[in-house]
Amino acid sequence: MTQINRLSGGQIDRATTLNFRFDNRSYTAHPGDTLASALLANGVRLMGRSFKYHRPRGVLTAGSEEPNAIVELRTGNRQEPNTRATTTEMFDGLEAHSQNRWPSLKFDALAINDQFSKFLSAGFYYKTFMWPAAFWEKLYEPMIRRAAGLGSLSMQEDPDEYDKGFRHCDLLIIGAGPSGLMAALTAGRAGADVILADEDFTLGGRLNSETFSLGDETAANWAGQMVAELSALPNVRLMPRTTVIGAFDHGIYGAVERTGDHLATLPAGKPRQILWRIYSKRALLCAGATERPIAFENNDRPGVMLASALRTYANRFASSAAQRAAIFTNNDDGHRTAADLHAKGVKIVAVVDIRPDAPINYEYEVLAGAQIVDTKGRLGLTFAEVKLSDGSTRTLDCGALGVSGGWNPNVHLTCHQRGRPAWNSDLAAFVPGADLPPGLSVAGAASGLMSTHAALQSGTEEAAQVLELKGSLPDLPDAEDAPVSQTPFWYVQGCARAWLDQQNDVTVKDVKLSHQEGFRSVEHLKRYTTLGMATDQGKTSNMGGLALMAELAGKSIPDTGTTIFRPPYTPVPIGTFAGRMKGQAFHPTRLTPSHYWAKERGAVFVEVGNWLRAQWFPLPGETHWRESVDREVRQTRASVGVCDCTTLGKIDVQGTDAADFLNRIYCNGFAKLAVGKTRYGLMLREDGITMDDGTAGRLAEDHFVVTTTTANAVKVYQHMEFVRQCLFPDMDVQLISTTEAWAQYAVAGPNSRKLLRKIVDPEFDISNEGFPFMACGNITVCGGLRARLFRISFSGELAFEIAVPSRYGDALMRRLMSEGEEFDVVPYGTEALGVMRIEKGHAAGNELNGTTTALNLGMGRMVSKKKDSIGSTLSEREGLNEDDALKMVGIKPVNTGDQITAGGHLMGASGPVDAAHDQGYVTSAAFSPSLDSHIGLGFLKSGDTRLGEKMRLVSPLTDLTVEVEIVSAHFVDPEGERLRA
Amino acid sequence: MRYSGFKVIKEALTGHKGWKPVWRDPEPKPHYDIVIIGGGGHGLATAHYLAKIYGHRNIAVIEKGWIGGGNVGRNTTIVRSNYLLDGNEPFYEFSLKLWEGLEQDVNYNAMVSQRGIINLIHSDAQRDAFTRRGNAMILNGADAELLDAEQVRKEYPFLNFNDARFPIKGGLAQRRGGTVRHDAVAWGYARSADGFGADIIQNCEVTGFRIEDGKCLGVETSKGFIGAGKVGCAVAGNSGRLMGMAGMRLPIESHVLQAFVSEGLKPVLPGVITFGAGHFYVSQSDKGGLVFGGDLDGYNSYAQRGNLPVVEDVCEGGMALMPMIGRARLLRMWGGIMDMSMDGSPIIDRTDIDGLYFNGGWCYGGFKATPASGHCFAHLLARDEPHPTATAYRFDRFRTGRMIDEKGMGNQPNLH
Amino acid sequence: MIINHPLLGSRDSSEFVYLGDASLIDRPDWQAEHAAEAFYDYAYLRDNPAGEHRELWFHEGGDRSWLVVTRNTVTHEISKVELARDVARAQGRSK
Repeated sequence: MTQINRLSGGQIDRATTLNFRFDNRSYTAHPGDTLASALLANGVRLMGRSFKYHRPRGVLTAGSEEPNAIVELRTGNRQEPNTRATTTEMFDGLEAHSQNRWPSLKFDALAINDQFSKFLSAGFYYKTFMWPAAFWEKLYEPMIRRAAGLGSLSMQEDPDEYDKGFRHCDLLIIGAGPSGLMAALTAGRAGADVILADEDFTLGGRLNSETFSLGDETAANWAGQMVAELSALPNVRLMPRTTVIGAFDHGIYGAVERTGDHLATLPAGKPRQILWRIYSKRALLCAGATERPIAFENNDRPGVMLASALRTYANRFASSAAQRAAIFTNNDDGHRTAADLHAKGVKIVAVVDIRPDAPINYEYEVLAGAQIVDTKGRLGLTFAEVKLSDGSTRTLDCGALGVSGGWNPNVHLTCHQRGRPAWNSDLAAFVPGADLPPGLSVAGAASGLMSTHAALQSGTEEAAQVLELKGSLPDLPDAEDAPVSQTPFWYVQGCARAWLDQQNDVTVKDVKLSHQEGFRSVEHLKRYTTLGMATDQGKTSNMGGLALMAELAGKSIPDTGTTIFRPPYTPVPIGTFAGRMKGQAFHPTRLTPSHYWAKERGAVFVEVGNWLRAQWFPLPGETHWRESVDREVRQTRASVGVCDCTTLGKIDVQGTDAADFLNRIYCNGFAKLAVGKTRYGLMLREDGITMDDGTAGRLAEDHFVVTTTTANAVKVYQHMEFVRQCLFPDMDVQLISTTEAWAQYAVAGPNSRKLLRKIVDPEFDISNEGFPFMACGNITVCGGLRARLFRISFSGELAFEIAVPSRYGDALMRRLMSEGEEFDVVPYGTEALGVMRIEKGHAAGNELNGTTTALNLGMGRMVSKKKDSIGSTLSEREGLNEDDALKMVGIKPVNTGDQITAGGHLMGASGPVDAAHDQGYVTSAAFSPSLDSHIGLGFLKSGDTRLGEKMRLVSPLTDLTVEVEIVSAHFVDPEGERLRA
Repeated sequence: MRYSGFKVIKEALTGHKGWKPVWRDPEPKPHYDIVIIGGGGHGLATAHYLAKIYGHRNIAVIEKGWIGGGNVGRNTTIVRSNYLLDGNEPFYEFSLKLWEGLEQDVNYNAMVSQRGIINLIHSDAQRDAFTRRGNAMILNGADAELLDAEQVRKEYPFLNFNDARFPIKGGLAQRRGGTVRHDAVAWGYARSADGFGADIIQNCEVTGFRIEDGKCLGVETSKGFIGAGKVGCAVAGNSGRLMGMAGMRLPIESHVLQAFVSEGLKPVLPGVITFGAGHFYVSQSDKGGLVFGGDLDGYNSYAQRGNLPVVEDVCEGGMALMPMIGRARLLRMWGGIMDMSMDGSPIIDRTDIDGLYFNGGWCYGGFKATPASGHCFAHLLARDEPHPTATAYRFDRFRTGRMIDEKGMGNQPNLH
Repeated sequence: MIINHPLLGSRDSSEFVYLGDASLIDRPDWQAEHAAEAFYDYAYLRDNPAGEHRELWFHEGGDRSWLVVTRNTVTHEISKVELARDVARAQGRSK
């Protein structure tokens, strides 16, 4: 197909021809085109269907405010729904499909909705589909859901990368039209760090769409020269294709740069888009204005568009929706469009101006005091019907109709911090209010200054003012300075199916119904009719709906109010906000010092917070994880096992008040702990609930090493700093997290001492007498490497934890393995660790679940009443000390072989099974190779007095009921003989 | 006026002339038996149940702006009763049952859609915790289902099963969970309450309480003094501000929670998904928008707007969970003010001031609680004793140590 | 948001972790007569003002200082940032 509606001139590169496809038909275009301009040039006006009635839709605008011309761009896993054809930069090979239609754009089955529009009035669905109740999910809703929605996702993973970045500047200028360019020049010449961002791919804003001149240059050329000068300034950064999406707190602006959307394929490693956080000292909004339509009967046909858009397509993109055009206006700007189109050779069939005193033109007809009252054309405009000033009607034969109802300043960003715009009655439009985001100023049309001269002048003046520049400012070129006065005219009297929101199909009659039913607040209007909730967020529709509601309610527009403008200014791909934080990079991965060694051993890893830990170490021939875990447990208990416990938090506590400090942190006493000794410590939150547990070893009078659980390492450190800095600021104590500084391994089992003896340098006595249970100390290993040794045991065996600087962690593990060969040493993972601690009855994360107290854990007596410690006072509240309080118990199946389910609930041996009879729950469960039985830990009401009792463990969720016996939580070596051996 | 399909057709054929305002717009009377402050979901539901169940007619709901403008109109529309603790589960299950009969109860289609909710499981400890929770749900008469990874994949094949940092290991499903058209809840309750004679008074801001000898006599408002036998406050988000006027300090902080909606898309998500390894939950509205949210911004705020770090955090969670949404565009973000209580659970209770009752502290569980909250608050206001499903929601539970802490986070509201 | 750290200058708030009302510095005396009631008040009740709020932030991604930030909860404007330790000392807290 040829470009039948291609005009002369324009900012397109005719030397290059680009091929593209729309709905599987091939067309040609030129660099500089958008998809919309190219389709128009090719004679395609029909580009989409509306949301509700599936009415045919063409372009309304030439910018990001577009409600109608939205398509599925690209194909396969790059399919991008709801993409505005008006901002899609043409590239060779572009492929797009229309959306929300079936089977085709021209013959859309759901266009039947339009025939039934009477029944589909605003909010009709709230009043029906209620009977019978069960039909909603089964029938009505699936039907509605299938019909609703716009474009479709590919359902495949987005293959493109997105980046994030941070930029800082003295002045962020948002919008590179006349005011933005002048502001950038002013600030740039003065040496300020300037960022000039514009959503368009060509800077210049409306200057690129106009035929008037600035000084001796055409507007577009002048803009080009400005851009050239600004590019040469090292302190000015130009950011085309960049939409500033939101004004956030403290001068931080979000901006999205489309680095790859205009390319057929992304260069390898380059992002499709970049999310910038721009930290600005000051910001200047130069976002211009958006033309507003007038509502009249059937004003939604393809070919009916904003007059300024018609002008932009003609002047900038050298394309037109048709060869015969009419203009419908209430202001002088509509006439400018007529003149420009006429100059481009488009036949102006008439300018319909509502004003009786409309300016006269001798080259085409001006119908003063006239109004468009209806249009015709099934898939695109063919005729427009005019009601003349004398009451007679006339039919205009035209394929394009430009509508101009005046201009609305783009105030959106001024309201992102919930400031309200102010009403300007001269413009009959909202302008920025007094309550702007701190640091933001406004210039040009965005501030209500509609002439080019005023825009240029305010750009330079605002820049000078916010930067407090003294001295002379750049000269302004001569520019048009036509006085602008807008007489409000929102809709043609008597119209009903006159569209306000073209995408969501909200018409004048819907607003009237909304008013009739009491939905009169603008927010109710919006929510009831869906006005302004489409992908364009009502940029061209809200004002009309608001004005109509004001009129119906007999209130002024400012009294009726506006809905709140919220970020983002235009929709942003979710992938852009996520950046590279997806897939494996979603969160950082922390590796233990023995990770690579464990990987060599074929370990299976598990995520523990951000850590990856070895879960078990399968041997050849082992087919089930239980085989590996059982072996690791047995071998450890029989001889010796090694486990990487580096992930436990380690906090170094030093200072003359260190012991006193720990006395406040832990509910049990620490002041008297001897040097060279370790003690178990229970830490409460201030509300008396257990926060964490661990050990603290005293390496010197003024030096402790505190360990925390893996999960709570960060939280406990933060808490300890809070206590130190905020509660006891004069204590002489210093804290530092050394979790990553030390590789730490548990060496457990009856042969652990023998193994360590081969590692620990001979001058250190690690015999039971010289280094008894709970001893700790600085030692050296492997011939002088500094290390720390703690005789503590999580497994219940004779055990040690040995720590060396992290960089030696890998080597130490390998040494332990090679030296341990003679003892048949086994590495064990988190599963075996878990099994052994359950066998031993040690509480861990499942028990320390943020709701349990020391009393629940069977450690009530540890809470010292003789000292002040965090949480001790509130731990005494009655609700935490009830007679039948939960106590930690062990759980064993009565019938050997039955399984214990963590998460199961405990019920009496007989009687009903329901919440009222719930007596406790199982927190942890495992198969114990040592007992050859499943076992569990749990909390049971008055559990400490019920040992031996038979109960039912029920898990209706997994359809399980097991007869269990309540036993001591200490399944293995209850007397603790092994660990003291 | 009764709404029905027949009525819609009849009106369509007669030019829609017969539709009346969904609620009247009355001026306040000098005195009511009960005045409810807050024309949000909870306040309007309270009025409905006070009228319909407890027979009160001389009641008013007063609202400083437009009804439904608070959190009922700015949430992610999820309903569910998948709670763990005895203090909560019966209440939320009661609520879910009320949701199930809501449309017929109020004769308004709020589009209660039980398309199911799945909380994803990513670790063994999480499975243990969800097992305990699922069992608690069933023991309380709710439904719950434990899914393994394959079952989740079958229902949601497009979740990240290939390259996830935290692999999906299963899920806890509640098939009766789902979504409700949030605005319609406020409008439906308003319409019903209005039909019973309750006055719904918009643009009427409370400026103070009239309290004499420890008894609340009514409220001072921008429309003058309104006397009341009893005053119930249901203004979650602004509870601190309002109760401050009565001289009360609350176990509550106000925080901002952001929520997001994408452009309209053809159906992709049948039910509600909650990511268990990041802060992200998502559903798809009947209009086609992906409605999603995440964590609080984390600082005290009354601003109804948030900042970029949380926006990014939420979208990162979304992309980590379902990388096929990368090219869907986020259309709009907004913020609601949450009454974050000290244990993450609400309060429905009398106050120390005679005649003054409180309903608040809903954290971000308020929407799903709307019917039960209204019902239980109405019960409390009418009978002066707590509804059996809401007995634990007392002020003094913090003093006595009987917190209802689902997440086990303690007295730090922004962690709940 | 940007927090003007008294030692490190302006830092993005995402480097910080938020705790809550700065009244958490005023931990009651455990031996006072009504200590239980005082701790209940301290741990659970909040002014929760709509307006100026003094609050605790921890510079976790930085120097690990606890700060008292005076911030307006309606506008988010920050008017003052102090080291919590200085505030605590000024309020008479010691060991």
